[in-house]
Parts: sequence; structure tokens; C-alpha cells
Amino acid sequence: MKLTRTGVFTIVVALAFLAVPYAATLLGSNYVITLATRVAIYAIVAVSLDMLVGRSNLVSFGHAAYFGLGGYAVAISAFHLANDVPIFGWAGTNEALIAWPLAMFVAGFGALIIGALSLRTAGVYFIMITLAFAQMLFFLFVALKYYGGDDGLSLSTRNLFAGNRITDARTFYWICLAALAICLLLSWRILNSRFGMVLRGAAASERRMAALGFPVYRYRLAAFVIAGMMAGLAGALWANQNRFVSPDMLSWVRSGEFLVMVIMGGLSSLVGPVVGAAAFLLIESYLSGWTEHWQMVFGPFVLLVAVFAPRGLWGALRGKGDV
Amino acid sequence: MSAALQLDGLCKSFGSLRATDNVSLRVEAGECHAIIGPNGAGKTTLIGQITGEIRPDAGRIALLGTDVTHWSVPRRALSGLARSFQITQLAQGFSALDNAAFAVQARQGHSFRFLADSRKDPSLRKPALDALTQVGLADRADRLVETLSHGERRQLELAVALAMQPRILLLDEPMAGMGPEEGERMVEILRGIKRHMTIVLVEHDMDAVFALADRVSVLVAGAILKTGSPADVRSDERVRDAYLGAGSH
Repeated sequence: MKLTRTGVFTIVVALAFLAVPYAATLLGSNYVITLATRVAIYAIVAVSLDMLVGRSNLVSFGHAAYFGLGGYAVAISAFHLANDVPIFGWAGTNEALIAWPLAMFVAGFGALIIGALSLRTAGVYFIMITLAFAQMLFFLFVALKYYGGDDGLSLSTRNLFAGNRITDARTFYWICLAALAICLLLSWRILNSRFGMVLRGAAASERRMAALGFPVYRYRLAAFVIAGMMAGLAGALWANQNRFVSPDMLSWVRSGEFLVMVIMGGLSSLVGPVVGAAAFLLIESYLSGWTEHWQMVFGPFVLLVAVFAPRGLWGALRGKGDV
Repeated sequence: MSAALQLDGLCKSFGSLRATDNVSLRVEAGECHAIIGPNGAGKTTLIGQITGEIRPDAGRIALLGTDVTHWSVPRRALSGLARSFQITQLAQGFSALDNAAFAVQARQGHSFRFLADSRKDPSLRKPALDALTQVGLADRADRLVETLSHGERRQLELAVALAMQPRILLLDEPMAGMGPEEGERMVEILRGIKRHMTIVLVEHDMDAVFALADRVSVLVAGAILKTGSPADVRSDERVRDAYLGAGSH
């Protein structure tokens, strides 16, 4: 099998992720791991968003909603447990293998409702309505004083993972990286499946797909739910990493950042969104060490990428040849 | 026996414009029925109502004896109505074979299958290749749509419709934008298909219409002026006045 340029760079990206814990040991810095964990978590969101924006031509400007729903699902069940009023009187919600799927379910359910209404519109209206729904949820959590309102909600501990405490940053990093790998594998399979072909075909020509007999709406709604669930998982991981959630997780700024990651990394590619998330967080981390107003430098950089690498950083890396 | 396609008293207005004016039409199973008319006669609006993209204001549409007036586009497609587009609607970024495979996939039931690689599924690829072979595009199977010539894209447009294995084929100006040589080729392909297919042919090219059609309906100002054999239509005074006189070559 011939190794393509895409293949080479994919391996480079994978090795970079695998090398992080060793690099951290060499540098004697745990911050590297913390940053890489954040990259892995955001990459999951970016991969899920690309399934909508890149592959399905559905520009969702409210993807932070599902990220936040996932985070709050974890935080709220932990909150009830800590206050001795566990949800349904059941202490199992502290277990990651229960809490995280619960977070995915909550986010997926949110995506089902929001998607069912938003997908009846198209184009700019779709962008605006997804944004509007996300803002509604944002203000809902701001208003929920019982769960901290504006100030957010802290978790006293991370979830147990299969009964074990995850205090070590490295262990948590491996868990997040494994989650990212599973999401990548899953979206790769999905996009080449019959289901994925309907999504991509409808992005290319919705009229044609309808004329062939595909009720496009249903397939798009299913994609919306899948993407929402992935973002919900990322939200659960984020809540665990920071042991804190706040309405900020659902804000429109966050949704915008997710879009920047996907577009800057490269739409409609598997690794592009991962590269985009990494680039975004690394640049943010580097620049914010210099100045509080790091966006003033970051903005022009995004502009340059848009002008000189219209297929994103990943598109520029892998060249013209491969699709 | 019920007709393959039956329109009863179809009306559609856009503001004060009567785009479709009380159109009734019966397409028998197995025939090639051409619909001709000058520009602005309402052909596109009529096609839209047959496929389901446009809702009629009044009237009834029946496919193979079933009332489909209120059915969606996909539902009509699955019940056996295939169409080609006047302006090609192919999925860019996909190969010719992929495009035909979409059609095969649609008729194989729901596509909520998430894991298996659809491009390695012979139950999709083989019928798709058969459809390409039918229009003479087998050697272009792996070419991306955007690298095909205009004529080849028109052929692919037809192959995609054929891959649906329809009961009725609605062709919207299949000769559009073709040179004389490509046009002749398309007529040959359609002649082969028409032997075992009900075809509704909306076409500007009169040579093609008279070479292929069993019956012709003439649409003028949204209304059917005349339906008859090609010879009848050609010799009709009113048709000549309305259309053929100036427009034919």
C-alpha cells in the first residue's frame, strides 16, 4: 500500500498525541498534559461539528449547546450526589461509565428537539435558529440559581472511572485521547456508510437526493443527534477536567470558537478538525502568555489562513492530491 | 387498466399568471409521451407538480392508479417515478458510479446503516454499473462528475434515473445543450430504453420528439392545446400557429 501525503501527516498527528505524556516528563511540566487534554476534548467537538458543517453543509452556530448540556448533566448529577439528594436516589451517577453516557443522552435529546425545529429551515435561517436555541439554553442555565446560575457549578471530585478515582492527569489524558480516537473511528465509518453517503449526497445536491427517494430531513436529524451526542461527551470530559461548569460553556462565543476550529483546520476531512482544535488552543495558550488581548493577533492569523489556505491548515498540509 | 400517469384538472397560478390551466393528461403504460410547448408555456411548472416539488392549487395526480397529489417528492420517487433534470443535478465530488449508486441505495429501503463501507457493497455497485453500461458510460465509472463532458453528464443524468429502476421515467429536456452528434447518441440510447419503459419526455428538440414519441401533447399558455400522434400534431393548424411555425427548424 502506497503511503500518501495525507497518510504521513495523519501518522505525525497521531504520534504527537501519543508523545505528549513523555514530552511532559522530559519538560517536567504538567501543563503540557493539561493543554493536550483540552485539545483532545475540543477536537471531539470539532470532529462532531464537521459532520454537520463540513459533510452535511449544515452550518450549526449553536454547537456549544450540546457541549454545555453534556457538562451540566455530569455536574448536576454530581451536585445532587454531593448534597445527599442523588437523582432518583441513586448513587451510581458518580460513575463515568454511567454519567458520561447520560451526558450524551441529554445532549442528544437536546439536539433532537433543536434539530427537529431548525432543520425545517435552511441557509442563513438555519444558522440563526441554531444560534437562537443555544442562547435560550445559555440563559436558562444563567437563570437556574439553584445550580449556580451565572457563577457555575463546581464538582467536588471527578467521576469514578470503572470504580477507580482519576486523580492523575496522565490517566485522564489517556481516557480523553481514547474517547477522541473512538469518535474519529466512528465518524470515519459513518461518513463512508450508506447513512453518510446520504448526508454527503444531500450536501452536494439536496434536490437530487429527494428526487431519488431519500427523505433528507430524517437523515439530517439523525446526524444532528449523533453530532450532539459527541459534543455532549466532550462536555462531560470538560466538566471532569475542570471540575467546574458554567453557562459560558453554552455561550455563542464558544459556538463561534468551535466553528473557527473546524474551518481553520479544514472542513470535510477527518483530521482537519483535530488539527484546527490543536492550532486554536496552542495559539491561544501561547499568545495569552503575552497579552490579554490575544485575539488581536489571532484574528489576523485566521484571516491569513482563510485567504492563503482555503481548505484549512490540514488541506494545506496534505496538498492537492488526496481527497 | 389504470394509466401510468394521470393528471385531472391540474391548476397552478403564480399571482395573476396561470402557469397551469386545467391540465388533464393520460399517459398509458409503455408509451413514450412527449410534452412540447414554446418557452413560458408552463412545462417546468407542470413537471414540478408531477414530481411533487410544486403543490397544485387544484386537481389530482395519479401514479399507476394511486392518488399521489399530496405525496412528498421522495415518496413519489420510491413509488416508481424517476426524473432527470434539465440542468444536471449531479453530486459534485463524487464519481459517476457513486452518483448511480445513490439511486440504487434509495430503492433498497432505509439508509440508517452506519458502519459498513457503502463503496464496498456489491449490491450497490453492481446495479449502478449496469445503469452506467446502459447509457454507455461504463468506462467513465470512476471519474469524478466534474471531469465529465457536458454530454457525458447528460448521459449520467439519465443513468441515475435508470438506476432507480422506475416504472415511469420523466425526462426534462434530456437533449438540453447538446451538439448534434451528442444529441443523436442520446436519441439512440432513449430508443433502446423506450422499448421497456413508460416515458414522459419534455423536450425542445423537435427531431428528437418526432423520433421517439408515440403521442405528443402540446402545451400553450399553461393549457393543453392538443394531444395526438406525432403526425396529427405536426399537421394541426393551431399547433403550427402557436408553436411549430416559428420555432421548428
